Amino acid sequence: MTTNLQNSVFSSPSPSIAAQPLLQARQLFCERDERILFSGLDFELFAGQLMQVMGSNGSGKTSLLRILCGLNDHFEGDILWRGEPASEQREQYLASLLYIGHRAGVNRILTPRENLRWSAALHSPVDDHRIEAALARVGLRAYEDIPCRNLSAGQTQRVALARLLISQAILWVLDEPFTTLDVQGVKDLELLLAEHVAAGGSVLLTTHHQLSVSCEVGRLNLDEMRRLS
Amino acid sequence: MSGDIRSEGNSNYELQQSVSTWTAFCATLKRDLLIAFKRRNDLLNPVMFFLIVVSLFPLGVSPDPMELTRISAGVVWVSALLASMLSLDNLYRADYEDGSLEQLLLSPQPLYFLVLAKNIAHWLISGLPVVILSPLLAYMLYLPAEAYTTMVLTLLIGTPVLSLFGSIGVALTVGLGSRGLILAVIVLPLTTPVLIIGAKAVTDVMFGVPLASHFALLGAILALALVMSPLASAAALRISVN
Repeated sequence: MTTNLQNSVFSSPSPSIAAQPLLQARQLFCERDERILFSGLDFELFAGQLMQVMGSNGSGKTSLLRILCGLNDHFEGDILWRGEPASEQREQYLASLLYIGHRAGVNRILTPRENLRWSAALHSPVDDHRIEAALARVGLRAYEDIPCRNLSAGQTQRVALARLLISQAILWVLDEPFTTLDVQGVKDLELLLAEHVAAGGSVLLTTHHQLSVSCEVGRLNLDEMRRLS
Repeated sequence: MSGDIRSEGNSNYELQQSVSTWTAFCATLKRDLLIAFKRRNDLLNPVMFFLIVVSLFPLGVSPDPMELTRISAGVVWVSALLASMLSLDNLYRADYEDGSLEQLLLSPQPLYFLVLAKNIAHWLISGLPVVILSPLLAYMLYLPAEAYTTMVLTLLIGTPVLSLFGSIGVALTVGLGSRGLILAVIVLPLTTPVLIIGAKAVTDVMFGVPLASHFALLGAILALALVMSPLASAAALRISVN
C-alpha cells in the first residue's frame, strides 16, 4: 500500500531534479562545549539515496541531524534544499521532511491512534483507515486504543515509526530508529527504508546497527572527518 | 515536487494552505484538551486551588462582611492569577520531555497558530472554570451585587492574558532542569498590570467610578497579548529545544 502511495507521490523525477541533490550541506561547522564536533563538513543526499551517519558516541551525529532539521542553530555553513538555502523556504522544506528523534514524540496519556492523528494533522491530515493500516503494519494491531504509557519502549518506538507510513515526506531523518526494536521490528524497518528509497525517497539515519537493506547505503563517518581535518 | 507546488502557486494553493493550517490548529487544540480530560488533575487543580485560597481569607483575615467586601476584588483576582500560574508548567513540559515539542516545531504550519492553540487550550482548562466559579466566591466574600458583572467581565478579558503571557515564561524555562522561581520572576512582571487594572475595576465600580478606561486598557493588553505573545512563545520554544 505504502509503496503504491509513495510511487505516486515521488514518481518520475524530472531530469533536472534527478541531477540536483535533494539535500546538500556545505562547509558545516559545529562546536559544542568548546569542542569542535565537525568542521568543513560537505555532503550531498540525492533522491532515492539512503545515507548512514556513523561515528562514535558523542561524535555529533544527533547534533548534525538536528542542525539539518533546523532544530539546532549553533552552526556555521549552508544547508541547501533542492539547490536553495533551506532557511529561505522553510515551509516547503519542513513539508518534505519527517524527523524522528531520540525522544519519540509520543504522548504517554494519549493512545497510538490519537498520537498519530495529531502528528498527521501537523503535516497533512489522513483518515482513520490509513492510521489503522499504519499501526497494523508496525505490529500494533489491537493496540490502537491503549494509552501509550501501557506500551513497552519498543512498542512506543513503533508508534513513532508508524508516522513514516502516514507521512508524504520525501526525506526521512531518523536518529537511532533501531534502538529498542526487536529482531522482527528491525527487519520490518529495514524493509520500510528500502521501499521508501526504491520509491524515490531519501533517508538519512544514524545507527550503530549493521544495516542489511536491499538498496545501496551511503556512509558519512564523522570520526574519519575529524581525523582528516 | 516543489516545482509542482510553485507552478500552481495560485489562490487554490493558498486556500489549501490555510485549510491545513486551520486543521493543524484544531488538532492541536483538541489534543491538549483531550490530554487534560484524560488527566483529571489538570482539570481540577486550578479550580480547587482557586476555591481553597479564596475560602481561606474569611478564616484568616476576618469573617466581618465590611472587611471582606473591602478586600474581595483583590482576593479573587490574586487567586485567579495564582491558579493560572500553578497550571502553567503543564503547557509545554510533557511535550518537551516526550519529544512532541520537536514535532510541533517541525510542522510546516505557522508556529504562531499552533502555540496559540495550546494557549487557548490552557485558558479553557485553567482560566474559564475560574471565571465561571468566581461569582460564587464573590458571594462568599460579600462582594456588592453591582460589582458582579464587572468582576466576571474583567476576569473574562484578563485570564486569557495570564495564559498568553505565562506561555512566554514557560517556553523560556522549559529546557531548564531546575526552574524553581524563575518562572514566577519572568511571568509576574508581565501579568501584574492585568491584576492591578482588573482588581481596580472591580473596586471602582463599587464607588460608582466610570469604567470605560479600565476596560479599554484591559482590552488593549489582551489585543497586544494575542498578537505578540504567541510569537514570543514560538521564538522562546525554538531557543529552548536548541
